[in-house]
Amino acid sequence: MRLLLGSLFALIVAAVVGLGATYLALTRGAAFGPLTIGSWTAWPKNGTTDADPYVRASIARIGRLPTAVGDGVSFTAQADDNGRPLDGRCDVLIAGITPAARFWTLTLYNADGELVANSINRSGFTSQEIVRHADGAFEIVVAPRARGGNWLPTGGVERYILLLRLYDTAVGVSTKAGREVPMPSVTVKGCS
Amino acid sequence: MIRWLLLFLGGALLGGIVHLTTIIILPRMATQDAYSRLARTASINTVVPLPAPAPESATMPFMDPAFASAVCRYDLSQGPLKLSVPVSLAYTSVSFYTRYDVAYYAINDRAAGRRVIELDLMTTDQHNQMPEEEDVTAADRLIVESPTVTGLIAFRALAPEPGLMPMAQSIMAAAKCTRTEIPQAMR
Repeated sequence: MRLLLGSLFALIVAAVVGLGATYLALTRGAAFGPLTIGSWTAWPKNGTTDADPYVRASIARIGRLPTAVGDGVSFTAQADDNGRPLDGRCDVLIAGITPAARFWTLTLYNADGELVANSINRSGFTSQEIVRHADGAFEIVVAPRARGGNWLPTGGVERYILLLRLYDTAVGVSTKAGREVPMPSVTVKGCS
Repeated sequence: MIRWLLLFLGGALLGGIVHLTTIIILPRMATQDAYSRLARTASINTVVPLPAPAPESATMPFMDPAFASAVCRYDLSQGPLKLSVPVSLAYTSVSFYTRYDVAYYAINDRAAGRRVIELDLMTTDQHNQMPEEEDVTAADRLIVESPTVTGLIAFRALAPEPGLMPMAQSIMAAAKCTRTEIPQAMR
């Protein structure tokens, strides 16, 4: 009886620890070798056959196709430069320049990776659509209500994710964060 | 007391094994991964244009709305594939994924350096079976080896402005992936 009870206990511990760790790894996102610049993070290795088992599992669970390294690299931001989470009810300013790439796109998704409905049917910008300053720098305002210049509507969702994808770029697996890879700053300005 | 502590430690150790096993098995068991989602609508060895992602409906999460895209779900068991896609004015790319959604190769219009991206896709075995002379005469033929027999090819064309989307979609409509035969006599 004691043996039975003991093994049952050990098996329950194994199930809770094992499945719990798997669940946490897949929902929190555990992947090796991130490239973090400011509030932006990319995992260039995800787009290669060197992708580790955690990445493969998370890709299968989400159901997306990763950006292959020969195609480009995608940077994700979930919080601003001070660590404040991106809230669709706040004004967020994205300012600066991007690393050299033939094209880039900036897209806003909800936490599940779906586009967010809004009044002007805009879910992102491409590098050709954007209005820039004379020196090539740009400013994008991500806000729930209409703004002048480059306005990216949030549709008022509570949490969102920004994806900055660089296409045909030298940024890749061997890139280190530094001067050659300038990413735009992300700042939460104020909330309504 | 010590007996329970040992049992707990043993359980935790077993839990580590459970964790690693589930992580490794998950891609093989997944029913909502990109390949399985596309398997429902995309027939084998043909190019299927994907509808543009919209807030309420998207084929896959995190699709780039600035692109027109199409997929070819391939099966090389009957022979290699030949694929071609014309190059748009902006940016066109072809990415290759294994059955378990791992990207193993990608090429864009600039790397291809022509008006049409043309490739041959085959397994390593099929590549080895190819007669050598043909390899030489067709030196400018780009051959991609697939690590798995089945998989996905994603064709994508950028519309730099929304007004250029019809052009990008016409590029997708012109993309082809067709089965070819290995020359029998030369085997």
